[in-house]
Amino acid sequence: MTDTTAESTEESVRTEVRAWLEANWNPDYGLVEWREKLCDSGWGAPHWPKEWYGRDLPVKFNAVIDEEFAKVGAVGVAKAGIRTLAAATILAHGTDLHKQKFLKRILTGEDTWCQLFSEPGSGSDMAGAVTRADKRGNKWVINGQKVWTTSAHKAHWGLLLARADWDKVKHKGLAYFILDMKQPGVQVHPLRQMNGHASFNQVFFTDAEVEPEMMICDVGDGWTVATTTLMHERRGADGLRSWATASQKPGRIYEEERAEIATTMEPYKWYPQRAGRVDLVLQRAKETGKIADPVVRQEIAKLLIMSKSAEWTARRARAAQEQGKPQGPEGSLGKLVASNVARQAARVHTYMTGADALLSGEDSPMGGTIAEILVSVPASSIAGGTDEIQRNIISERVLKMPRETSVDTSKPFKDVPRNIVASR
Amino acid sequence: MRFSFSAEQEEFRATLRRALEARSPTKEVRRLMATDDGFERDGWERLNQELGLTGIHIPEAYGGQGFGFGELGIVLEEMGRSLLCAPFFSTTLAATAILNAGTEEQKKALLPGLADGSVTATLAFQEENGSLDAAGIAMTATGNKLDGAKSFVLDGHTADLIVVVARKPGTKGSDGLSFFAVAGNAPGLTRRRLKTMDETRKLAHLAFKGVAAQPLGAEGQGGAAFTKTLQQAIVCLANEMVGGADRLREDALEYVKMRMQFGRSIASFQTTKNKAADMLVDVELAKSAAYYAAAALDEGDDDMPALASLAKAQASEAYLQTAIHAVQMHGGIGFTWDNDTHLWFKRAKSSEILFGDANEHREKMIQAWAG
Repeated sequence: MTDTTAESTEESVRTEVRAWLEANWNPDYGLVEWREKLCDSGWGAPHWPKEWYGRDLPVKFNAVIDEEFAKVGAVGVAKAGIRTLAAATILAHGTDLHKQKFLKRILTGEDTWCQLFSEPGSGSDMAGAVTRADKRGNKWVINGQKVWTTSAHKAHWGLLLARADWDKVKHKGLAYFILDMKQPGVQVHPLRQMNGHASFNQVFFTDAEVEPEMMICDVGDGWTVATTTLMHERRGADGLRSWATASQKPGRIYEEERAEIATTMEPYKWYPQRAGRVDLVLQRAKETGKIADPVVRQEIAKLLIMSKSAEWTARRARAAQEQGKPQGPEGSLGKLVASNVARQAARVHTYMTGADALLSGEDSPMGGTIAEILVSVPASSIAGGTDEIQRNIISERVLKMPRETSVDTSKPFKDVPRNIVASR
Repeated sequence: MRFSFSAEQEEFRATLRRALEARSPTKEVRRLMATDDGFERDGWERLNQELGLTGIHIPEAYGGQGFGFGELGIVLEEMGRSLLCAPFFSTTLAATAILNAGTEEQKKALLPGLADGSVTATLAFQEENGSLDAAGIAMTATGNKLDGAKSFVLDGHTADLIVVVARKPGTKGSDGLSFFAVAGNAPGLTRRRLKTMDETRKLAHLAFKGVAAQPLGAEGQGGAAFTKTLQQAIVCLANEMVGGADRLREDALEYVKMRMQFGRSIASFQTTKNKAADMLVDVELAKSAAYYAAAALDEGDDDMPALASLAKAQASEAYLQTAIHAVQMHGGIGFTWDNDTHLWFKRAKSSEILFGDANEHREKMIQAWAG
């Protein structure tokens, strides 16, 4: 194998990956079998370190590599779901043991993951977690409750934020664990949403156990580690993480990949509706005849202007990133803008739909899609950081405005007033 | 499509910003806006020649620098930021019209003077009805003599050269339109400066009585050039506007960080922080649209009618909203004459309306995309 060095160019990378695919790609492989070859060669996660299944290539080359994979129809590593956040966190903070045990099985797709951060009593204030981690003998014992946990019922492993020291101030008493989800102390219950779906779960811990070596960093470092996970989650919200789409090609490996994507993406199937389905607007305006209504035309135009400008703003952020420029303000706005777009889209869909917007399911237009938009959009300004939190982040980190005076960070966490969460 | 500026473009912007900060502090803006001309020829000629500004998008063959709308957009953005009082935008519009409509010979004759800054110029197309469409043009050209009136003409009272849009008698809509070049001091032309709400942007009313004019290009065939010129004009304006909006936003931010009430900086109140975050969103989205439209002009994008209107509608809303927030964030002082905020507030208001407001451009955009 040729050595990929820091001096790689787009052309040299393209030539190299093309040659490797020519010599190795074969659609008759099983999915895991093929992905193991990707791990061994480093072409599945080329921006990862060489010693951990990557090639140390700058991330800007991923587009070229993806293109070459697409040309021959080669399947890539598992990219969808929380597993990418787990990988990023482990790469940044994990021990060699963590990397050995988890990274390969993340790339092959054998393991799925969930993120155990939010709690009923701490949503925006995530560092206020009260799930307990107590050292008993040689094990950490976990008690408490998490919520909004996507795919918890399928996950093999969970990224857990829990409080291990109540005498420390809020951010300093947390620890970050990798928790085995398939154990008796972990119970998962689906949480039904206002749009009828149940993509999230509540997770209850009753004396669940974690081996001490499954803590990432030390007690007190949990918040720092969680910040890494959250940063990667937000990048996803800005569209930098890929939405998995399955190839329609026949063949064993494609079938296996389709099944994997169907399972992983199942909880996310209403997400396009949550974002407002701007793509449907002009078509619907023509179908409903509302395109002739001057008031509705104005509202449609407002939506399309916002949505196009948002798209171009994201492209500006990506272009700056690809050129290695420091991130400008345009990179921090995506999440907030997306919820502005979603709200305006819901308004426009309502104006266009008229009385039919009273209906749901098969009685409503497009087999329920329009109704689903109207009752899913409220999630866009809450999930993954509320609009209010986004504005605070923008004003504090980008605009360098001072934080509100805090009342909870100068005393031991045990003395901080907090929500009383009814036990089950 | 390009989504970032090159290192050379960034450097050009930085040089320009420094020069404009030195030449056009608000003290100077206030002095010039109070004059009848609205600018000083000597000062403007010096700055223009040093930086080669009016020639920026004029091809080298006609004495210009040969850059595109991307670079022109940078110049306009920086001028919008500094509220430079100079006939730059007006001269640029005239040059654009000549480039679109003139013959090779006319370009060679007219453009070098504009490019080197020795001739100031403007484009006169709107009439008293304020319409932006070809249908709104009533001025007639009979045997190269112009009769009628133009209004809302940028720097029309001072321009050495006026590019005028007029029609053959008896024609309608885009048919029979031509661009004409008219000397600013031509006999039969009466120029009157209009009193404007935004004193940094001078407008004039021009009355034509049998004024001798030189048709640009084939007479009566100017409809397409008119449409194209107008699209380019609104993209230029949108780029100028985002510069002003960003400056207002930065000034307001700096002020709230400094202002103390209730024993703390008012920038520490979430209500102020939320507003500041929303202002950043407005301005950055408007920048994205303005930059995209300028890049699309350089690439000859077929979707230009929609993209130009999109950029103008977005800039109109964003600039005015930013100005409203900026006054509010300053509180009482922001409503005073001595505070500089109103200079940009009024520029935001005049730019919002000039060449069509947001409603008008949203409608044009939808017409382009959905009929």
